[in-house]
Order: sequence, then C-alpha cells, then structure tokens
Amino acid sequence: MAVTTDTTAPRAKAAPAPRASGPAAARHRRKEALHWVAVHSLGVAAALFFVLPFVFLFLTSLMSDQQALTRDLWPRTWEWGNYAKVWHTPGFLLWWRNTLLYAGLGTLLTVVSSVPVAYALAKFRFRGRRLSLLLVISMMMLPPQVVVIPMYLFWAKQLDLSGTLWPLIIPMAFGDAFSIFLLRQFLLTIPDEYLDAARVDGCGEVRTLLRVVLPMAKPGIAAVALFQFFCAWNDYFGPQIYASDNPAAWTLSYGLESFKGAHHTNWNLTMAATVLVMAPVIVLFFFAQKAFVEGVTLTGVKG
Amino acid sequence: MTSPSSPLRAKRRRSALRTAAFMSPWLIGFAVFFAYPLMSTVYFSFTKYDGFRPPVLNGLDNWSYVFTDSPMFWPAMRNTLWLVVVMVSCRVVFGLGIGLLITKIKTGAGIFRTLFYLPYLAPPVAATLGFVFLLNPGTGPVNTGLEALGLPAPGWFTDPDWSKPALTALALWGVGDLMVIFMAALLDVPKEQYEAAELDGAGSWARFRHITLPNISPIILFAVVTGVIQAMQYYTQPLVAGKVAAGQIGGSGQQVEPGYPDKSTLTLPQLVYNLGFQRGDYGTACVLALVLFALSMAFTALLLRRRGGLIGTGD
Repeated sequence: MAVTTDTTAPRAKAAPAPRASGPAAARHRRKEALHWVAVHSLGVAAALFFVLPFVFLFLTSLMSDQQALTRDLWPRTWEWGNYAKVWHTPGFLLWWRNTLLYAGLGTLLTVVSSVPVAYALAKFRFRGRRLSLLLVISMMMLPPQVVVIPMYLFWAKQLDLSGTLWPLIIPMAFGDAFSIFLLRQFLLTIPDEYLDAARVDGCGEVRTLLRVVLPMAKPGIAAVALFQFFCAWNDYFGPQIYASDNPAAWTLSYGLESFKGAHHTNWNLTMAATVLVMAPVIVLFFFAQKAFVEGVTLTGVKG
Repeated sequence: MTSPSSPLRAKRRRSALRTAAFMSPWLIGFAVFFAYPLMSTVYFSFTKYDGFRPPVLNGLDNWSYVFTDSPMFWPAMRNTLWLVVVMVSCRVVFGLGIGLLITKIKTGAGIFRTLFYLPYLAPPVAATLGFVFLLNPGTGPVNTGLEALGLPAPGWFTDPDWSKPALTALALWGVGDLMVIFMAALLDVPKEQYEAAELDGAGSWARFRHITLPNISPIILFAVVTGVIQAMQYYTQPLVAGKVAAGQIGGSGQQVEPGYPDKSTLTLPQLVYNLGFQRGDYGTACVLALVLFALSMAFTALLLRRRGGLIGTGD
C-alpha cells in the first residue's frame, strides 16, 4: 500500500487558469482566491484550537506561585527557575531513569520478539495462520484490566516483584500484539520475489529474515519502536498496579499525577513538570515524523 | 497428489517446526500472559477472594452483586454508553473534518499537519492535568475567555453535567490519529470520479455525499469501531481528571470515591482497579473484568466480521 503522507504532492497543482482574458476567467480566479482564503482561515482557527493549550500551559509554567492562581494569561515576571525547581524535586530524576528503562528496554524486547512472529504471519503458509492472526488482533483490542488481577497476583505473590517495573518489562520479551500486527502489515508490502531469490541462493529462513527482510523493513520497525516507546512513556495503569507502593520505581506518567497532589496549589510548578514530560515526546516526533505517520496509516487503512 | 513420499513429509515437518520456532515468543506469551490468567479471572469471579486468604467458591454471588446491588456498576455503564455515543461520534466527525481540511490546504500543509497531530502524542496524564488547569472554573483561561465574550462559563471537570463534555474536548484535542487515517483514505479516492462528477455539474456537497463518503466508508466504520473499543477501555484520562479536579492527593493508599464529581467520570476499568486493588475484593473485580472482556470482544468481532475484515486479515 502506498502511504501518501505529503498532502501537497499528489494533488494537481491548482490549475493555473489559462491567461485568458474576459469576465469568465476573472470570475474563476476570484473564486479560487476566495476558496484559498476560506480554507486557510479555517486552518488557522483549527491550529489555534490545537496549539493554544500548549501555549497556555507553557506561559503558566513561567508564572510565580501567586500569579498562577489568578486569571492572568501572561506572566508578569518570567520565572524560569520553576523548571530548575521541578528538576530538583526529590524523585524527579529517578522517574526519568525509570521511564527510560521501562520504555527503552521494553521497546528493544518488543522489537526483537515481535519481528519473527510478524514475519511468520506475513510470509509463511501454515495451518492455523488465519486463526493466529485473529488471536493477535483480538489481543490487541483487549483492555489490560481483563487479566490484570491474576497477573498481579502472579508477579507480586509468586515472584515477589511488585514495587519494580519488571512485571511490565519482562512480558515484552514475548511479543506484543499491536507490534506484531503492525509489522505484519508492513512485511506484507515486501514482494515475495525478494525472499524467493534469497532462498534460491541458499539462505535459510533466519538468514533471509536478517539479511533481506530486516533492511527493507526498517521503516516498519522504526514505527513499531516509536509506538512502543511512547506507549511505555505514557503508560499510567501498569506503573499504578506494580509500582505505586514504591516511589523509587515510579515513572514520569505516574509520578506526574502525584506531583500535582504533593504541590497542591502550585499550578505553575505542575505545569512546568507537565511541559517537561511532554517535551521529549515532541522532540522525538520532530526527528521521526515520517515513521509515525506511516505507522498510524498502516494500522488504519487496511493492509 | 498421492500419498506424500517420505522426503516430502520430512520437509513438511521441518517447515512446521520452523513456523513454531518463529512463532514461539508469541505462543508462549499468549499462554502465559493471556490464556492462563483469563481462566483464572473466570475462576476468581465465582469466588470470594481478597488476595490473601485462599479463594472460596461462592457461586454467582459476585455476579448478582455487580448487576443488582453495586452502586457503581450501572453509573459506569451509563458513562461508557455516553462516551461511546457522544465522544466517539464527535471524534469521528471532527477527525474527518480536520482530515478534509488538511487535504484542501495548499500553503504550509506540512506545518498545519504537524500542529494538528502533536496533541495526539501528549502523554495522557500530562494532557489531562493541562486540561483540568485550562478548564478550571474559577481561573482557567477557557472560562476567562468565555466570560470575556459574555458566554456562560460551565464548571467543566467539577460539574457532573459537564465533566464528560470536558473529557470529550480533551479527546478532540488528541484527534491527530484519526486525521492521519482519514487523510490517507481521502487521498486514495480516485481523482477521475471527482472530475467526472464535476463535468456532470455536481456541487461540492454532492461530490462529498456521493463520491467521498462511499469511498471512505470502510475507514469511517473502522474509526467508529476502534473508537468504541477505546471508549470502553477509557481509563487514565477520567481517573486523573476526577482525582485532580477533586483536589485529591495522588499516590498510594488513598481510599477515594472514584468518578468525581458524583461518579460522572467513572468507567469500567476504573471499577476493576477500585474493587480489586483498593477494596481488596478481587472476586467482584474479576466479574467486571469479564464484562469488559465480553464487550471488547463483541466489538472486535464486528471489526473482523466482513470477509478480509476492516482490519485486513485478508489472504
């Protein structure tokens, strides 16, 4: 499937009205111009809806404690020190470390374990293939709450691992349904001829996967890795179940909510912390826009 | 083909082994992290179980408690229904509108697209905290703006009638995923159909109604069904919004009435957490987990129903 992400390219360049004179041509040009203005005004209005929340959060994060409780929208004094205060809040750096561990290690394990499964589902013919795929999709749609009670009892009572992030990280080594599905959709787009050529040359399946498929699947793998990273970065339920008893194991998402609790009235510091949690996501997005948009498209527009 | 010769059979066995090897991470994961715990959930749902003393079978007690006596189950179901009807339809209509808009924008399309997409990436806890602040009835910028325009300023997250609309506003802000999906679908509509219609003198509404909509209807259905599944799983945003708006202290150990204000932000997944992990009634929590399971699977079946499926299992 061709994933078109550039909205400007495929549209015919606004047909430059043939420089014909006459009232009809002028009317046409005027209509085009009006259309342009209407569309772009709507675009700006929509952009305000999407951007203003970020702007207000940021401005509030730079206010003094007192001003953040007023109706003011613009900081009277620019308190850049708020960010240092948040940064030096006990635990904040630990939350960063934990989040990076959970998201980083989790992503790595997910990719390593999901790629071979996705490859088998996309390229092997075997009995039960369709059923396996249906099960993968069903699991993808499954709320984590459905099995959380036995899982919690298993990790906490039998393995004594509550208060750590391991119950969240270890399962990632056994394939993640969403990642498998997304990778499978991507691998379907790689023509079988490449694989057959490799096999004719005497490559085993493992070699074919590593040498031929992986290099071609890089964009798909990048999309899966990013999704998985953000999924862990944003996860609130998992850390709430396993790490809530032990503040040393909190992640940013979980810690942030408690941060608001501990800093009851300090909206300025809370907003500064919020900005600090959002910032890495936004920075990473700017480096990896294409992989992201491709990933979203791949999940939605049939394979 | 007659009976397979033995080298062929050996080859088949080798290929079956190979498939099993490649599938093994997921096969193990499925058994250990899904099939076994699901069976345990079913078993626990018929027991009195607090996680410490061994589970004691109590028949249908938990089930009848949930459906007839629980003060929280039906409010949670009503909230879910509200979210499914209002929030999902708003998101689909708005997402389609933004998707259409972005395909029409000719100048700066890349910048607009990025701006529309970014909120989708904001971590839910951060986005929710931000919206509770923005929609703060006393001092938030939104109500300040509404009052300046002479419009009524609702209580948003502190008013049971407005807390779900406030959550809907938050969900609309994060509509970037739908925008991208609709955008891709809209660009796939064959240009010739528009040109032909234009020659026939069809106006822009007629073209949208008779060409665009039929072409993208599978994607609309996909967005609706996945939206419904997400709405049933809605957890972090209503939980955080309720807690923060109530001014409750986060962290562990706090026994708080969930769904502030007045159970209006209570959802099924929250109830699983509340009953199991806060009240230590794992048996009843498992009943709710199974209700959630049944609902999710019903809608997933819808996604997969058509041949090839909306989600493309097609062979």
